[in-house]
Amino acid sequence: MAELDLAQFHDTFFEESFEALDSMEAALLKLDVGAPNPEGVNTIFRVAHSIKGGAGMFGFTDVASFTHTLETLLDELRSARMQVTTYIADQLLLSVDVLRAMMRSVQRKEPVDMQRVADVQFDLEAIVASKGGSAPAAAPTVASDANAAVVGVAVGAGPAGAVAAATVAGGWEIGFRALPELLLRGNDPLAIFSSLAELGPLQARVNMDALPRLRQIDAERCYLSWTLQLTSDCSREQIDAAFDWATGDCEVTVQRLSTVGPGAAEATAAGQSAATASGAPVDGSATASAAAPTLTGAALATGAAAGAAGAASAGAASGSAAGSAGAASAGVAPGGAASATVTAPSTGAPTPGPAAASAHATPPAQARAAGPDAPKAAGAEHSSIRVSIEKIDELINTVGELVITQAMLSEVGRKLEGPFAEQFRSGLSQLERNMRELQESVMRVRMLPISFTFSRFPRMVRDLAQRLGKQIELKMTGEQTELDKTVLEKIGDPLVHLVRNSVDHGIESPEARIAAGKSPVGTVHLDACHRGGSIAVEIRDDGGGLDKNRILAKARSRGLVGANDVLNDDQIHELIFLPGFSTAEKTTDLSGRGVGMDVVRRNVKELGGKIEIASELGKGSRFIITLPLTLAIVDGQSVSVGTETYIVPLTSIIESLQLQSQSASRLSGRGEVFSFRGDYLPIVRLHEVFGVKPRASVLHEGLIVVAEGDGRRIGLFVDDLLGQQQVVIKSMETNYGPIDGVAGATILGDGSVALILDLTGLIRVASSRAAA
Amino acid sequence: MANATANADTPASQQVLTFVLGSETYGVDILRVQEIRGWSSVTKIPHAPPHVLGVLNLRGSIVPIVDMRMKFNLERAEYTAVTVIIVLSVQARKGRRDFGVVVDGVSDVVNVNAAEVKPAPDLGSRAATEHIRGLMPVADRMVVLLDIDRLIGHELGAQGDALDEEPVTAAAQSAA
Repeated sequence: MAELDLAQFHDTFFEESFEALDSMEAALLKLDVGAPNPEGVNTIFRVAHSIKGGAGMFGFTDVASFTHTLETLLDELRSARMQVTTYIADQLLLSVDVLRAMMRSVQRKEPVDMQRVADVQFDLEAIVASKGGSAPAAAPTVASDANAAVVGVAVGAGPAGAVAAATVAGGWEIGFRALPELLLRGNDPLAIFSSLAELGPLQARVNMDALPRLRQIDAERCYLSWTLQLTSDCSREQIDAAFDWATGDCEVTVQRLSTVGPGAAEATAAGQSAATASGAPVDGSATASAAAPTLTGAALATGAAAGAAGAASAGAASGSAAGSAGAASAGVAPGGAASATVTAPSTGAPTPGPAAASAHATPPAQARAAGPDAPKAAGAEHSSIRVSIEKIDELINTVGELVITQAMLSEVGRKLEGPFAEQFRSGLSQLERNMRELQESVMRVRMLPISFTFSRFPRMVRDLAQRLGKQIELKMTGEQTELDKTVLEKIGDPLVHLVRNSVDHGIESPEARIAAGKSPVGTVHLDACHRGGSIAVEIRDDGGGLDKNRILAKARSRGLVGANDVLNDDQIHELIFLPGFSTAEKTTDLSGRGVGMDVVRRNVKELGGKIEIASELGKGSRFIITLPLTLAIVDGQSVSVGTETYIVPLTSIIESLQLQSQSASRLSGRGEVFSFRGDYLPIVRLHEVFGVKPRASVLHEGLIVVAEGDGRRIGLFVDDLLGQQQVVIKSMETNYGPIDGVAGATILGDGSVALILDLTGLIRVASSRAAA
Repeated sequence: MANATANADTPASQQVLTFVLGSETYGVDILRVQEIRGWSSVTKIPHAPPHVLGVLNLRGSIVPIVDMRMKFNLERAEYTAVTVIIVLSVQARKGRRDFGVVVDGVSDVVNVNAAEVKPAPDLGSRAATEHIRGLMPVADRMVVLLDIDRLIGHELGAQGDALDEEPVTAAAQSAA
């Protein structure tokens, strides 16, 4: 019963923790090496502490154990017994990554990569041991490592069972070998797997053959390969799409799976888990023997918590895995495990309460959650609640319905006569005002500041710069600019790519910068601002800029541009968006394979945005992404054709006009064209494309809406213009499917449905009709 | 009858909403019925098959409307005030999809004993019977029990992502 009650807080715990880790990372990045910042360290300590408390309470022992080690190190830093060095800061950042990965695995009930956890934990312990050799520091060290061994075994048993239970139906077998640089490019195999898992049940087996000895491991490189079994009848393209961002950083083989005997799969999985399990205890025993002299102190410390549950399993695990040294550590293990769980209720208990009520886990909020030992944080605290998107969408829907009902009532009110009519009407206008405010407020609920996306960049730029030996300062402005959550989620990847490009290709090495008379420190500037109904995100660097001649030469050599064609700057810049285009002389670890810019542009286009480039050789480049604020609302012009009403997005409309008779001419007997600002534009009769009966069939009786889609302009022939309004976009695909030339539908004031036109699609349909 | 015992999960009896199309009576599982509403004019969808009349606003969601007479190649009827739209939901892989069917009239809710449902005879290609779950006698009439997942799920949006196998159907067909 108690477990059931706790399980309902799991989601909250994970969400809280992920946000806590973000704030921990942010605080770590602000830590100045050599200049002690007690408040910063305190913040980090509190975050680690509350995660540990929560993890212990919910029984995520491996997370609790790891955080405990982390906390030990942080405690040393907090009490100024140790100084923050670059190495320590790096290791702490690495621990944040490990913790995040662990939590993600636990959240998805997947096996934790204990090897990586044990490695980082080992390093953390080494740091503590090298400086503070006192007993209290060493005791938890041993305990938690032995703990890791226990978890390794427990987790290892997981996949074997899972595979046995699952029947392998038709699906795909995907071989995925990550090149070592995969992680450096910001690709996350886990993210790839989770997007695959959305297609159907996914089983992953990791192959660690290429894994070097612990000492030789570069933690930023990926040595693993995976065999994935996806039980789904999805298409090959869907699978390829999951690897879109990683193309060039990995080797992927995809095979259609007939029916594989579950037995074989189970056997390998079991073998694999044995390997994982045995990996961890080895480290455990090694530390155990090293720390042996301090064991008495540890034993004393654990005496109070002796007899706790889990002692049996801990003993068994390390006993079977290691020799006599292992046995020594086993004696300590229960103590560590017990102390984690014992402290949990006191520190962790407050978490679900206030935590559930605070959505933006800013450091002050964390302090609250951490409990009694955290000082009451002063200053502004965001009070907020966590609500699922579905609930908000439901709310938006209901408000939409209310607006329609209100419009209907207003209609009735206007016709009403009698003693109460005036009163009724004034009540209605009050209602209308309130309704409009309500709708706006509800829409705002979905908006989040772009800092949610920006927050990942300080870390990324720091890591990349370090790797490349460059000095880079990242400036971010306009982080509070708000935009819709769906847009926010989708611009993350393109932005990562552009920032990475700026750091790798844009900013030159310090020497080259000094030689060019610039400051050795390069600047990458991220800026977001509202521009009318859209948001503009700019990535600006003061690096080398795009070399137009080189791009052009490359394009000519590849036959993309004719030898004598003269291109203007914009056209040259356009070339870098071509798939597979790269001018890099050699492919670096980070970029240069030419994958990416085309994906960036595709993603931006899918969101209804555009990307522009401005660059000056030697001075730097600017990439400007313009996106709609929200995908939920569009400013539209209603047009009527016959009895139907359509909405044309205002952003596509250039002008509306009425043609004089005879001003249109036929082109080779088929297409009609008219003259518009010196150009000849084709006339697309909407009623013909959509197959409806129009009221006006002669051109000068109706109206022409000059509209643009995908860079092409057409004159859209309609019966009449009705009015402009903001409409809420409803998907046609929820219950029906995609329609060529239609972006979605909306509900008009009278409750009827109107289709929203998609000019790009419409132009395509119209031109294919004309060709037919 | 074999299909009565085919699946332990299949309830021995279920409720079926019957409706009239011309001179025939059809039935659908009542649990799939979202609502029954009067006819109101629809918004046409371009490039849609002829039996998909258009879309309606159903409390904020956009729902396609299918004319069952046209779907079954029956003579077209005028839409009048008594014409009825039954809003049904099909289970597709992406989740639930709602759509409305235009019928002449709703007649009754009847309890159907699974044992009474007889498989439809194979009529060759002239009348595809794959969307028919079975035939059953109600009073003195024959009611055609429809499998709406197969009937509509396949073509709505033409993505073919409706679930191929609905448990009851699978059981009934394997038994037949």
